[in-house]
Amino acid sequence: MNIIVCVKHVPDTESKITIGGDGSSYDNSGIEYILNPYDEFAVEEALKIKEAGEGEVTIILLGPENATKTIRTCLAMGADKAIHLVEDNPMRDGASTAEILADTIKNLPHDIVFFGKQSVDQDNAQVGLMVAGILGLPAVSEIVSMEVADGKATLKRSIEGGVEVFDATFPAVFTTQKGLNDPRYASLKGIMAAKKKPIDTKDFGAVDSRITIQKLENPPARPPGKIVGEGAEAVPQLFGLLKDEAKVL
Amino acid sequence: MSGLILAFGEQRNNAYRKPAFEVTAAAARVAKDLGGEAAAIVIGSGVADLAPELAKYGAARIAVCDDAALETYNGELYAAAVVQAAAALNPSAILFPASAMGKDLAPRVAALLKTGIASDCIELKAEGGKVQARRPIFAGKIHAWVEASTECFIATLRPNVFAAEESAGAGAVETVAFAPPEGGPKAVLKEILQEASGKLELTEADIIVSGGRGMKDPENYKLLEELASHLKGATVGASRASVDAGWRPHSDQVGQTGKTVSPTLYIACGISGAIQHLAGMSSSKYIVAINKDPDAPIFKVADYGIVGDLFEVVPAMIEEAKKLN
Repeated sequence: MNIIVCVKHVPDTESKITIGGDGSSYDNSGIEYILNPYDEFAVEEALKIKEAGEGEVTIILLGPENATKTIRTCLAMGADKAIHLVEDNPMRDGASTAEILADTIKNLPHDIVFFGKQSVDQDNAQVGLMVAGILGLPAVSEIVSMEVADGKATLKRSIEGGVEVFDATFPAVFTTQKGLNDPRYASLKGIMAAKKKPIDTKDFGAVDSRITIQKLENPPARPPGKIVGEGAEAVPQLFGLLKDEAKVL
Repeated sequence: MSGLILAFGEQRNNAYRKPAFEVTAAAARVAKDLGGEAAAIVIGSGVADLAPELAKYGAARIAVCDDAALETYNGELYAAAVVQAAAALNPSAILFPASAMGKDLAPRVAALLKTGIASDCIELKAEGGKVQARRPIFAGKIHAWVEASTECFIATLRPNVFAAEESAGAGAVETVAFAPPEGGPKAVLKEILQEASGKLELTEADIIVSGGRGMKDPENYKLLEELASHLKGATVGASRASVDAGWRPHSDQVGQTGKTVSPTLYIACGISGAIQHLAGMSSSKYIVAINKDPDAPIFKVADYGIVGDLFEVVPAMIEEAKKLN
């Protein structure tokens, strides 16, 4: 089974993000970068499937040169090899990212293509589904469970008030949601082995983003709040304010 | 492109979900600002009767794509249906709710139509003859105003943010014939497992009573459930700490790796207010915080706070809430 996992190199969730002088980019000096948290579930699921049968897990990352650190994290977890599409364009949109990835994936053997459901920088939640659309592959997004049988899988995804259960034939695209699995930590053995695993760089065609950023802003500041009081005795006053001032009760 | 703004009228089990009205109304407002028209599309089986209701939210035209194959949601089939309707309507923008269905459907449509797409938008405006959208990035630490460089722009709109304002639209119903893709869908819905509790969906609730690490024990959530039961439109949420401890299901989690909610009122009980939690609830209209620790970061974003033991404060809140009815 040929399993591809597309991953992204993103700022750590604790990072303070500062808007750049031009008002439409962000200053990334001093930011710590990590493997996108949702991609961890994708890598883990790929490894579980590979370990249950026979197969190979290939990582694809579109990102800057120094993102090799993130690729090595995936190889250390157990992925076999990687393709690094080198580009320093942190604000590239989801649509053009999908076009580039689809173009690479279509020339590789693929039974399953995994994506994290969204990256925690742009929070688009688009790329996996768009790659499926471009390649004409079935897709199930935000999966919280997966069972693989011959050439197909049964997936569960949450909807409002319930869970949808889908059957999908391969080749297929899945985007992964928290709760799917418990991603493993790379062992020391894995980290050492990762150093020898191949990372190929590939060229790719220029594709323009279809979304342009007009302006970045800090979110509107909330007006300062007030401590109404201490303990249970403050509760009647709180309710008074919620009724008469905020008018929400 | 025609200046027509198309809204996806999401329905499940042949009933509209609230976000369908929010999106139609948003389409009507921005269409008006652009000097164009708003239309809606309804996809399903046996949905012809549903269609006219969207006229109340400003739809001048309502496209209905009715076919037995479309009875339950399927991304491949619904995307094909939207693309077929778009060929007839020629919209300059297509708006979907950022619901489970909308988030799954919109990117597929954008890929097929090769348009720009902006997700989880919290504001729309007309600028220079185009639709611009404001959307949170970096877990809401920054907001980006974006527009599409393509002629058509697809956007998903965060639920509970856009007012489902009524404005009379002509509501002219037109049928879109559905031509299923060859060979049928390769991912097929087997069944839907309904949550037994009938709990209000967090992302659409008016009031959320949420518990964090301070709850200490899963049993104590009964207190929050009781408080919610006396508040109209209220449901219970949880921070990541409670979910990771196994006290509450992941579907209750509010935060960066959980749900993003926009209730009118968010009551945070025993929640410290870590950045990742704020990412999920900071667009709440009003925030109340109950915490023993006066230095808890949650008090910086709360409109009203009580410093105290939630096990004393929440029962008092239950008593006050009972008086409301």
